[in-house]
Amino acid sequence: MNLVEVKNVYKQYKNGVTALSDINLSIPKGSFVFVIGSTASGKSTLIKLLYRQEKPTRGEVYVGGINVAKLRNRKVYKLRRKIGIVFQDYKLLPQMTVFENVAFALEIYGLRKSEVRKKVMTALEKVGLKEKFRSYPDQLSGGEQQRVSIARAIVNDPKILICDEPTGNLDPNTSLEIMEIIDSINKDGTTVIMATHDKDIVNKYRKRVIAINKGILTSDKENGGYI
Amino acid sequence: MNNFRIIKNNIKDAFKSVFRNFSLSLASISCITITLILVGVAMLLSLNVNNFTEDIEKDVTIVAFIEKGTETSDINAIERHIRSLANIDSITFLSNENIRKEMSTESDELASILNQYDSETNPLLDEFLIKVSDVERISETAHQVEEIDNITSVRYGEGMVEELVKVFDIVKNITYIVVIGLSVVTVFLISNTIKITINNRKRQIEIMRLVGASNPYIKRPFFVEGIVLGFLGSILPILVISWGYIYLYQKMGGIVFTQVITMVNPDQVLFTLALELMAMGVVVGAFGSSWAVRRHLKI
Repeated sequence: MNLVEVKNVYKQYKNGVTALSDINLSIPKGSFVFVIGSTASGKSTLIKLLYRQEKPTRGEVYVGGINVAKLRNRKVYKLRRKIGIVFQDYKLLPQMTVFENVAFALEIYGLRKSEVRKKVMTALEKVGLKEKFRSYPDQLSGGEQQRVSIARAIVNDPKILICDEPTGNLDPNTSLEIMEIIDSINKDGTTVIMATHDKDIVNKYRKRVIAINKGILTSDKENGGYI
Repeated sequence: MNNFRIIKNNIKDAFKSVFRNFSLSLASISCITITLILVGVAMLLSLNVNNFTEDIEKDVTIVAFIEKGTETSDINAIERHIRSLANIDSITFLSNENIRKEMSTESDELASILNQYDSETNPLLDEFLIKVSDVERISETAHQVEEIDNITSVRYGEGMVEELVKVFDIVKNITYIVVIGLSVVTVFLISNTIKITINNRKRQIEIMRLVGASNPYIKRPFFVEGIVLGFLGSILPILVISWGYIYLYQKMGGIVFTQVITMVNPDQVLFTLALELMAMGVVVGAFGSSWAVRRHLKI
């Protein structure tokens, strides 16, 4: 069963720049996919289409059975509840503790305090930050902040984890730590789609690699490496 | 159950946010407070002016004097005629003998003079006491009464009554305008505060959207915050207005300058006024915040 289906997708921005041209791909449940490409290649646009930050100009994008291309603004939350998103810049709230930052993603469900606590601590344990739940983001290293952001993304057990350059701001060793966590989440059954231009990581992990160049899907290989 | 918990959290968060952005909230609450104090004063003024007007209207009477020697049947005809006029609320006939007796009780001096007369020689005239429904048209009505045969003259405190009513009307209208104007200003101020809160929380809103919060869920806290601001802003005005009015009422003994103009009793109005001020704070807060959310929260 494919969790993601992209069919004949074109994306042209209002300024006339064509970011994506005739993209077709499908991602089965439970897989791990790297989306690689240089800056301005279109890989970020593709990722943004998946979590409906952008809409395709043409074509269809299905994520978890939802036609993202036709999803109205006020219905976007339905998609977002099925996915977890991790960003390069972590997107944490500085005035909240680690615990509160992760719990923030659960607030919308109106769960009991005890349930929230259990879920948050489980997520923090998965990323190895259980001990620091009282810290504030500015008391943490970049790698730790990214781990908080991953915990927030997985706290609601999403079907898909979308990572947009999650190691972009991190040194190679920390990047590997983060990759280990993301890989273990994938091994637990979550589908992972990760945009990156970190050669070492792509070459080390040997996952399916989708390469995009100037808006065109140039290669799609299982167990691929960085081109 | 979940929704209840979410709304409870919203209210808790709104209070938290009010205290977290304390200086901003304080500025906003102060504005609401000042506005509501003015609104409260304006409302009390308006209530009292209404009361004065009613008092005066109750007291205003046209006295129509009947020519000496008019037959009883003619007097009855006059009464019927007066009753047929528009703007007549009530009419009472006073015979000159009744008037003489009543006046005799007012002072000994008056009594000694009036007691020189008997029913045959009584120099006083019979009269009708007429109450009108609309005080503003009293002069027109008095004029119509004066036209009736066998009425010698008519008295109703010409000019003074209409002037007083006019002045009170102007005061009343001004207070209405002030209340409306101030409400608009308050809505604007609250909307501005919420706008700043929205800007402060841009990142939070962005993350909320990313983790799957629906639009109403994102908007609701701002709405609740507006209500909380309005509510907090109404507390001080209620206290100030209540204590102030009770103090004034006691100090003035419940009257303004003369016995004719009485103040509205605080017991009758303050509870309702407090509820109205609170409701107004809440409504204005809700209105201001929803306006800000509609204009500035682009999601």
